[in-house]
Amino acid sequence: MSLNLENIDRVVGGETHIADMNLTLEPGSFNVLLGRTLSGKTTLMRLMAGLDTPTRGRVLMNGQDVTGRSVRHRNVSMVYQQFINYPSLTVYDNIASPLKLAKVGRAEIDRRVRGIAEMLHIEHLLDRQPLELSGGQQQRTAMGRALVKDADVVLFDEPLVNLDYKLREEFREELRAVFSERNCIAVYATTEPAEALALGGNTAILHQGRLLQYGPTADVYHRPIDIRAAEMFSEPPINIVKGTLSGSEISFDNTLHFPVGNDLSTLEPGEYRFGIRASHISLTPRAKSDIEIHMIVDLAEISGSETFLHVHNEHFYMTVHLEGVHEFRVDSPVKLYFPAHKVYAFDHEGAVVHIPTHLRGI
Amino acid sequence: MNKVYNNRAWWLILPMLLLVAFSAVIPLMTVVNYSVQDVFDANTRFFTGTEWFKEMLNDPALQAAVLRQFAFSLTILAIEVPLGIGIALIMPKKGWQASVALILVTMPLLIPWNVVGSIWQIFTRGDIGLMGWSLRELGYGYNITSNPVDAWATIILMDVWHWTSLIALLCYSGLRSIPDAYYQAARIDRASKWAVFRYIQLPKLTNVLVIGVLLRFMHSFMIYAEPFVLTGGGPGSSTTFLSQSLTTMAIGQQDLGPSAAFSLIYFLIILLVTWVFYTAIMNMQKDNNKGA
Repeated sequence: MSLNLENIDRVVGGETHIADMNLTLEPGSFNVLLGRTLSGKTTLMRLMAGLDTPTRGRVLMNGQDVTGRSVRHRNVSMVYQQFINYPSLTVYDNIASPLKLAKVGRAEIDRRVRGIAEMLHIEHLLDRQPLELSGGQQQRTAMGRALVKDADVVLFDEPLVNLDYKLREEFREELRAVFSERNCIAVYATTEPAEALALGGNTAILHQGRLLQYGPTADVYHRPIDIRAAEMFSEPPINIVKGTLSGSEISFDNTLHFPVGNDLSTLEPGEYRFGIRASHISLTPRAKSDIEIHMIVDLAEISGSETFLHVHNEHFYMTVHLEGVHEFRVDSPVKLYFPAHKVYAFDHEGAVVHIPTHLRGI
Repeated sequence: MNKVYNNRAWWLILPMLLLVAFSAVIPLMTVVNYSVQDVFDANTRFFTGTEWFKEMLNDPALQAAVLRQFAFSLTILAIEVPLGIGIALIMPKKGWQASVALILVTMPLLIPWNVVGSIWQIFTRGDIGLMGWSLRELGYGYNITSNPVDAWATIILMDVWHWTSLIALLCYSGLRSIPDAYYQAARIDRASKWAVFRYIQLPKLTNVLVIGVLLRFMHSFMIYAEPFVLTGGGPGSSTTFLSQSLTTMAIGQQDLGPSAAFSLIYFLIILLVTWVFYTAIMNMQKDNNKGA
């Protein structure tokens, strides 16, 4: 079962929600739609499901045109950000509902419902009603309903947003395990780059209704095609600094000069925008070749066990992603280090011209 | 921490107590006072104990009125509740159509009881009333002053016209509170319209329906002005409901003792039935929530 979107536009009341979308999802693939709010993730899912029809373009399922076919005649299922279940039915009946509507036999229903419930760890809750359960359990029930009917396409619209941090980690692992054994297409929308990386599979980056980049998740992360894709797929966003490449030296805004590594030497001399990942910058040098920069602290943002350090000098701003909790006094000077061989280079239009070769981890 | 105890705040509930005393407790006590005495004039009275109550409970005319009252209330509930839900379901959900529909549906609720009675009185007249005249022209000998069935049908029709809107509005608001995602999820599940109603809409409506049914029951059990203006309780006593019997007794015949006793019985019936309704519905919900 493959899903093709061909030249899809979706215009509502003169506003373009999806523009010129071309996307092919392979059978059995797990796909993440990554983009900020209003980037068109939900609209795209609704088009995939058949809840809406595109203004232009075609939707193909297994090579068959299903553009105008309503959701009732497609075999899809969907899980939402809110926990959507039938409030008056038990968990068992909720999960069984798509099968009952499909007129599956009683014994078969029982077997499948119990199988799914076990997989989602809610087998002890089957007699309860959704509203008596915790948020996580309600969402598991909703997932059970989506998974039980062997849909061709299963859509997840930010399903973990309303759950707490620990549960989300648990869910992600389970989801990947569930789908590794299935041959359906899974589509998962999220606003968080970290979630996309944790889920793996393929990632499509959406921005203002357009597809920026699609490919295997790690590949899209490490090899952004332009500045925007790199910014969308990093949290905090990748630091972009204007600089000049001349012969054997890079200079950032004429203040910071450092020698060019081997892999950058093939680039033409000229003006570039250089990208340094926030997580590649550190407080202590990780290697002798690391470049030292002197910056001034604007703000140290502590989030869980990580610190986002915002710094500046006269010419540019940077954000640094540090492991652990670090406290800094505002306006105090700080010495930072980054590896020259992990620097990206983009041309003046934002397209990537150099991708570092030594890429490992995040 | 030192907690300061200052109970002067209790004084703040005094206005409320006074208000309730004057609006409910004192008038009710006056009625209780009358119900156990036979009062002739300002200085002559006899204590009668439960005599009036016994007399009222054994009065066949009143017994008939109680039965009539129940028949009426249950009939209009049986019509107005399903009809109200139906109207709420077909009302437009957005745009100017929704506003127009809301205004149209609300309209009957804004008309005073007496006026409703008068409107229907004229509407049903055989000589100039649209409905009365039309039915006669169609060959049906429609006459609410001589035919009890006609009178009953007309009063029920009048109440349905006047009050179905209340149920419809309550249900409409209940339906609006269902997030769109539920309907989408149902479409993806390929659920039928009936399944959507039974498993998504109806469960959401139970709470507003409890309020609707209770309000409509209490209201209809106290109905007075509309049938009084329309039929005057006739033909015979076929549409004489409880409040009209009471008025005749208390104002027309000045039987203060019996009517006071009757008022209390009337009040207790409403209280009892409302309580039974409420408890039954709440138990139903509890059973539902436990899951069978």
